[in-house]
Amino acid sequence: MKSLGNIRRSFAPWTDPDAKPFITFRNVTKKFGDFTAVDNLTLDIYHREFFALLGASGCGKSTLLRMLAGFERPTSGEIILDGQDIASIPPYKRPVNMMFQSYALFPHMTVESNIGFGLRQDGMPKNEIAERVAQMLKLVKLEQFAKRKPHQLSGGQRQRVALARSLAKRPKVLLLDEPLGALDKKLREETQFELMDLQQDLGLTFVVVTHDQEEAMTMADRIAVMSHGKVIQVATPAEIYEAPNSRFVADFIGDVNILDGKVSASGNGKIELVTNDGFTVRTASAGAPASGSAAGFAIRPEKLKVSRNAPADATVNAAEGEVWDIGYLGDMTVFYVKLGSGKVVKASMLNAQREVENPIVYDEKVWVSFGETAGVVLKD
Amino acid sequence: MNTWSRFNIVSVVLGFAFLYLPIVLLVIFSFNESKLVTVWAGFSTKWYVSLFNNRGLMDAAWVTIRVALLSATIATVLGTMAALALTRYTRFRGRLLFSGMVYAPLVMPEVITGLSLLLLFVAIGLDRGFVTVTLAHITFSMCFVTVVVQSRLLSFDRSIEEAAMDLGATPVRTFLEVTLPVIAPAVLSGWMLALTLSLDDLVIASFTSGPGATTLPMKIYSQVRLGVTPEINAACTILIGLVAIGVIIASIMTKRREVQRQRDEQAAIAGR
Repeated sequence: MKSLGNIRRSFAPWTDPDAKPFITFRNVTKKFGDFTAVDNLTLDIYHREFFALLGASGCGKSTLLRMLAGFERPTSGEIILDGQDIASIPPYKRPVNMMFQSYALFPHMTVESNIGFGLRQDGMPKNEIAERVAQMLKLVKLEQFAKRKPHQLSGGQRQRVALARSLAKRPKVLLLDEPLGALDKKLREETQFELMDLQQDLGLTFVVVTHDQEEAMTMADRIAVMSHGKVIQVATPAEIYEAPNSRFVADFIGDVNILDGKVSASGNGKIELVTNDGFTVRTASAGAPASGSAAGFAIRPEKLKVSRNAPADATVNAAEGEVWDIGYLGDMTVFYVKLGSGKVVKASMLNAQREVENPIVYDEKVWVSFGETAGVVLKD
Repeated sequence: MNTWSRFNIVSVVLGFAFLYLPIVLLVIFSFNESKLVTVWAGFSTKWYVSLFNNRGLMDAAWVTIRVALLSATIATVLGTMAALALTRYTRFRGRLLFSGMVYAPLVMPEVITGLSLLLLFVAIGLDRGFVTVTLAHITFSMCFVTVVVQSRLLSFDRSIEEAAMDLGATPVRTFLEVTLPVIAPAVLSGWMLALTLSLDDLVIASFTSGPGATTLPMKIYSQVRLGVTPEINAACTILIGLVAIGVIIASIMTKRREVQRQRDEQAAIAGR
């Protein structure tokens, strides 16, 4: 697969074959009775990476995080952190700290003693604890709340106390379980960027569990999409979105149209397939499935072009249909176009012009077209 | 709706009279000059003085206090442990049986508890006295502690224990520094409950006590059979006073904490 590069910054140790992973899950399985929460999973996470585990609830992402923290022991397999198998080390001896979804602040302690709790457990001298706590309070901008108890804080403030507490011990790895789940939308967006800055400034490895794909896409260097205890794809947000490796990932992240068909020709890095809707798709693809094999073609709504006039070459990557539904969202308009076979595809068009003289309306005959690099062939 | 109709006033007066008239009479007659309990002969505090000079009653009071403190403390430790086991290890074999058995003394007639304990002590040849009364009180008050602590533990957010361990606290330190402080109010009220139960138990103490370990309720009961003396009234008045002060302090503190908490939460929501 051609690398789509990293949008955020040139940080990509996973492309370097000599780079040593910081955390490795090797053939890890976790069973609760008859239920397999994590199924023979292997995964590498690198030093200073912001790594997201993304999946629907019950996909095993939280179990994976809890195994890393030490609250669950793997049924089989090994978990290696910084060269050491940690599977049998109890949570209180691991150089890993966790920020809990519920924040799990100690209700009987002030903000200050919450943050200093881990340092006190390590027997750090009092003056050093005070210094570190002051530093953490400054980091999360809660200096004036030091003497408050958790119930005297708002949700956003509690979240920051939890963050400061989990960072106070300067862990090698910070685990975040749905860190923004309990915040409202605006605060969540602000905090996303705060977390990213923090991770970069402190040079830590972050492993975050989330069910919110937007959150994972924004924050993470790489995302592992999980389902039923298995990792389906591990890649950068851009790769996950633009080059999903399976129907599941394509469908799980963002909106997608999937057109089923049969491969009619392949070679020279291109594949042609005839969809069940009867039109021909020609697309760039590295893999070369045999002619005649079934395949799916996935294309995102924003990569489909809706127009009244037939494109120059209407024999390939173009289909005729009629407008089934229109959603005007302001910045863009979403068209649902019903193809000849009855299949409805979704296309979104940016409203680049302010005034539209002659807009496309319901039931109008239109052409849907796309480029050769706009979509992805799914082999499964 | 809010007006005091005659009917309402009568109901309130009758209700309170029903509840408190006996107690008020007892208190009044403890200040009676006369030795006859039912005849008023002027105000006096002499029965309080003579109460403190009554060796028998004072000894009994001392025994009662020691039994109550010791049995309540041990019952609290055992009851809290049972509550932890019952809420935390939900999958162990025989949990249902165990929890049923912990609660049995709640509904068991005291006579049966007392009698069976007596039989046990006789069978193992334990001389009846201070130790046996204390053991008996631990037995029947432990389940009350368990009930109180267990109800608190059910609403306990276990992730704070995980957070403590995650931050480097061993299981023992986690329990002492996080779990115990959080459930402390429930443990304390369990202890108070056990203390009160032990203080006013007559039936079980009668079965399991022996010479030299007569508790105050036993002493009062035996003296009343020979005729009520104003000394008993004085003793009871002191007990009532202590209990009343305790209840009033407890409710004021609860109320204050609640008001403070509400105020804090409103302030937090307002973002100050």
